[in-house]
Amino acid sequence: MANTQGTTGLLGWVDERFPLTKMMREHLTEYYAPKNFNVWYFFGSLAILVLVNQILTGIWLTMSYKPSAADAFASVEYIMRDVSWGWLIRYMHSTGASAFFIVVYLHMFRALIYGSYKKPRELIWIIGVVIFLALMAEAFMGYLLPWGQMSYWGAQVIINLFSALPVVGPDLSVWIRGDFVVSDATLNRFFSLHVIALPLVLVGLVVAHIMALHEVGSNNPDGVEIKKVKGPDGKPLDGIPFHPYYTVKDLVGVGVFLIFFAVVIFFTPEMGGYFLEHPNFDPADPMKTPPHIAPVWYFTPFYAILRAVPSFAGTQVWGVLAMGGAIVLLFFLPWLDRSPVKSIRYRGFSFKLALAAFIVSFLILGYLGSLPTTPARTTLAQVCSVIYFAFFFVLPILPWFEKTKPVPERVTSK
Amino acid sequence: MKKIIIALAFLALPGLSLAAGGEGYPLEKAPIDLHDKASLQRGAKLFVNYCMGCHSLEHQRYNRLARDIGLTDDQVKENLIFTGAKVGETMKNAMPKADAKQWFGVTPPDLTVIARARGVDYLYTYLQTFYQDPTRPFGVNNAAFPNAGMPHVMWELQGMQKAVYEVHKDAEGHETKVLKGFELVQPGSMSPPEFREAMVDLTNFLAYVGEPIQLERQRIGIWVLLFLVLMTVVFYLLKKEYWKDVH
Repeated sequence: MANTQGTTGLLGWVDERFPLTKMMREHLTEYYAPKNFNVWYFFGSLAILVLVNQILTGIWLTMSYKPSAADAFASVEYIMRDVSWGWLIRYMHSTGASAFFIVVYLHMFRALIYGSYKKPRELIWIIGVVIFLALMAEAFMGYLLPWGQMSYWGAQVIINLFSALPVVGPDLSVWIRGDFVVSDATLNRFFSLHVIALPLVLVGLVVAHIMALHEVGSNNPDGVEIKKVKGPDGKPLDGIPFHPYYTVKDLVGVGVFLIFFAVVIFFTPEMGGYFLEHPNFDPADPMKTPPHIAPVWYFTPFYAILRAVPSFAGTQVWGVLAMGGAIVLLFFLPWLDRSPVKSIRYRGFSFKLALAAFIVSFLILGYLGSLPTTPARTTLAQVCSVIYFAFFFVLPILPWFEKTKPVPERVTSK
Repeated sequence: MKKIIIALAFLALPGLSLAAGGEGYPLEKAPIDLHDKASLQRGAKLFVNYCMGCHSLEHQRYNRLARDIGLTDDQVKENLIFTGAKVGETMKNAMPKADAKQWFGVTPPDLTVIARARGVDYLYTYLQTFYQDPTRPFGVNNAAFPNAGMPHVMWELQGMQKAVYEVHKDAEGHETKVLKGFELVQPGSMSPPEFREAMVDLTNFLAYVGEPIQLERQRIGIWVLLFLVLMTVVFYLLKKEYWKDVH
């Protein structure tokens, strides 16, 4: 019996029963990617690498970690000291968490500068934002597990945000914690969500993200659709097969990434208190509130927005809404940005200015969110929050005065 | 690189002010050296003699300590174990936590990872800045950790010092006393330089206990980096070879 792929032998036998060669071709050897990818296009494959790292190290950490308020802190030190290579597995996981956000933020930035969220890639972007949300939930719940002071009080602060919601708020926060304060019950359910529920969701979403990408094809630094110009063989003239070209190219990215990753793991695993916060080496103590509670760096921009919004009409809910809104607005980006030009290379000065202001305000918010508040810092955070939100409201009106450059028919090299 | 260093320095700031309780007594840089095994051994001796009555190291095993600081199990059994513990056990003490809270106001914390929580400079400064203060329950206060519940355990070694204040006057004529330094009022069995050295040893020991693997981690790290750099060069050459026909 012949199969449609023309394979024989064992592979032929498999291909008659499972679309192995078909999938290989659709997603690797005959998936045509634009040939002009630059350095910004490494971060998608790196995000997959970090996801695999987190899952594998997570499996081994779970073998020795004890999800109970009485044992959690000690079991982490047990992993660090008594488990063979436990320290390496733990540092790979803790550094991997920060690395995940670094590559994901850079991956999202790439989408912003080259307009990768625009038609026909709206769904890729939306699935991506859902991945970002799931990743934040995953990281937040994982951070409770070492059961240090920052684990405990960080969780306490974030869960309390829900109690600011009108009517259902207080009951909702108790429902999330499973107790009136963060406790053993909270730790246990966060463990469950962190090691099985959210990873399952994440992997599923990543598969959907890639399937949607391969359906429409990749964008590129010029923002032109390579499928529009095809050769006589029906293949895009500016496209090259993902495998072997981008598999070998991504390997270079993997190598460079691993060098940075290893420098942190082996020489500065705490990253000066950014990746592992110093107060988290104090065991959780429900009776002792730390003088300054700071979330891990990847949450600080949103935390700064939360703190920047003053309470109004006797409720703090506005800050919570602003923080949620800062993420929800990302979903609407494909429709807020009305310019037909995708890549920043051919967009006008006004867009570049708006994007630069957005990025800089985001970075400043991130810095402010890691510090205790002072009146001056709060004012700065308010200014930056306004700029952050203004970006989304300026985008729809930009085409009225933005002078774009002509977009080429084909991709340009370099 | 410079930017990274500055960013890291900024990051350390809130941590330090937190560690010092925001009182702002300047922390002294601890000149520790984890490679100095004699110093680690002296530090271990000081710890079991002066600290361990109240403070445990409940995640640190005696035999791991022996292996890492260059002692045999027998040497540890004879010189460092006073509790009847087995050499494979962790360094716990016999003090009941509830009683300790009654005696000191707080339960003396376990110190296994204290160097990672507070930083070695804080520990080094804390250990040296006990001073006479008759208003405190044990007659001493501390500059790095104001109103600490701990007595000056090593007063026999250091002697007793009193605080020297500087009076600052602001524009409105309000006077504030700022702790400037210390003056030895009763000498101890060690001279000030000897005591300082001893506290370097003790800080060094706690820095080791905070993360016993750290020297090994850095040693392995060099090889890992060498391998990764080599691997990346190979990947780069592979990429170049494959991409020759892409124009």
